[in-house]
Amino acid sequence: MEVILSITAGVLYCCGIYLLLQRRLSQLIIGLGLLSNGTNLLIFTAGGLTRSKAPVIPEGAESIVPPFADPVPQSLVLTAIVIGFGVLAFSLVLAHRVHMATGTDDIDDIEAGT
Amino acid sequence: MNLLILPIIVPLLTAVILMLSSSRPIVQRWISFVGSIVHAICAAVLFLRVESLGIQVLQSGSWPAPFGISFVADLLAAMLVTATGIVGVAVTGFAFSGVDPRRESSGYHGLLQVLLMGVSGAFLTGDLFNLYVWFEVMLVASFVLMALHRTRAQIEAAFKYVTLNLVASSMFLTALGLLYGRTGTLNMADLSSVFQTLEFGPFEMVMALLFLTAFGVKAALFPLFFWLPATYHTPPAAVGAIFAGLLTKVGVYSLIRIFTLLFPEAPAGLYTLLLAQAGCTMVVGLIGALAQKDFRRMLSFNLVGHLGYTTVGLALLTPAAMAASLFYVVHHIFVITNLYLISGIFLRIRHSTSFSSLGSIYKERPWVAVIAMVPLFSLAGVPPLSGFIGKLALIQATLSAGSYVIAGIILLVSVLTLLSMARLWDQSFWKPSEVEDKLPMTRVILAPIIFLCVVTIAISLGAEYVYSITLRASEQLLQPQEYIDAVLRGRARP
Repeated sequence: MEVILSITAGVLYCCGIYLLLQRRLSQLIIGLGLLSNGTNLLIFTAGGLTRSKAPVIPEGAESIVPPFADPVPQSLVLTAIVIGFGVLAFSLVLAHRVHMATGTDDIDDIEAGT
Repeated sequence: MNLLILPIIVPLLTAVILMLSSSRPIVQRWISFVGSIVHAICAAVLFLRVESLGIQVLQSGSWPAPFGISFVADLLAAMLVTATGIVGVAVTGFAFSGVDPRRESSGYHGLLQVLLMGVSGAFLTGDLFNLYVWFEVMLVASFVLMALHRTRAQIEAAFKYVTLNLVASSMFLTALGLLYGRTGTLNMADLSSVFQTLEFGPFEMVMALLFLTAFGVKAALFPLFFWLPATYHTPPAAVGAIFAGLLTKVGVYSLIRIFTLLFPEAPAGLYTLLLAQAGCTMVVGLIGALAQKDFRRMLSFNLVGHLGYTTVGLALLTPAAMAASLFYVVHHIFVITNLYLISGIFLRIRHSTSFSSLGSIYKERPWVAVIAMVPLFSLAGVPPLSGFIGKLALIQATLSAGSYVIAGIILLVSVLTLLSMARLWDQSFWKPSEVEDKLPMTRVILAPIIFLCVVTIAISLGAEYVYSITLRASEQLLQPQEYIDAVLRGRARP
């Protein structure tokens, strides 16, 4: 499972960086989104995967028996998803503004206009 | 109640009050100004406590150290939070006359307080993931401040700024993920004690380089600084001032914090790389500055160049060099903020900061010129002002550390800075010019500038005290055991 998720994260990074290097603003934003999702997947995988063992102390017991899923990477990923979502929404609005101000979504044209 | 949280809570409360209160500009300005003064006082009290009692720690929610989020104020953090408070007071004071009404009505004051909260939080946190969150708080506030305006140049600049910072943030987050996978903790003190037991292998090198790139973008180090001169001259003076004064310093602070805690045992190559970056940043920044024809563009390049000074100390890792660099950071925060505020006067009276529309200011407004001399000469390193003391200390430290090349570069860059400041002075104050003033200048606009001049002069006169503080701060940084013990309270991992 780790292998599959690692490869997926790698593919997301690749696609994200490839799209970041493109000329169109829309591609750039999709690239940013893929990059942040790749990062989230990486944190999740790097924290170690344990299936269907919630880190909850069962009733009557004093402590839990390993193996159990580490809750920290999950909470980190949740935070990162929320932040990434907000930032992505902001950059979409900003791209819309750029488009309104310049009438183009080609980065080279925007640069040339200055 | 622990004092440590106040520099974070006060700007947050101010921002909330600003959002709930009347949107009349005068009300907003006063709330923001008073909030900043309270913030600065809290920060100063915290600094005095840290100075007399040692490192202060707050475990949020009373969770013991490696499990909860710790907030830690050592001398460096407390010093920088105090500087943030002072800059906040100056910039909110400047808003009484230097911010355009449309920006004010779209929430300028609240965003500025959020930015101050993000900066203070980044300085005070003792947890790496929390540092990421503070970075994002700071960035989102700065994104919006940057994009509030609608002129073409400003929107484009905002887009560059957003994209590059987001890429840097994902690198930072990648490093965090890998670090957690390897060590199982993100508490800085805990990480530091784990890293002491690890051999510095390829994995650690990858970590170090990821952090170097991520923070290098934020701190505008060579070769990652090109976004800064492309963006910092576009927002209005009050926004540019706080960006220039504080945001890049947060990047420098994070580099210093992470590298001294996690990678003090790294192979020399890593620190040589950092030293080379610092040297190139200085030279390229100042050569870039000399080619500019606009007051604020020239300042942006100067800002980049001088960030090199602030990383030399980290690259050399000797107490004297680190202390000199920290002294330079403190001096530079006030001086560069002040110069950007002065560009706000030009924007008000001439509607532009391009050299073609400046000139004759010395003849028409001699007092503005006299006041502007303090930060200009201080940045150029003219004795007895703070810039001279910082550079002198840095040159002495590099010479005694045996890095003669970097000492030579520092001297060369000082000359280039002097040249660029002379050009700035000549073009904006001395040159005879036919350009008419478009708007009269208000007296109020000078108050925050004079305030920062007084701070600069105070640092120059009290240089011995400030240097003794930075020396102690650098000793704390270079012997992280005190930091680790303060956070973990002897609760070392099994």
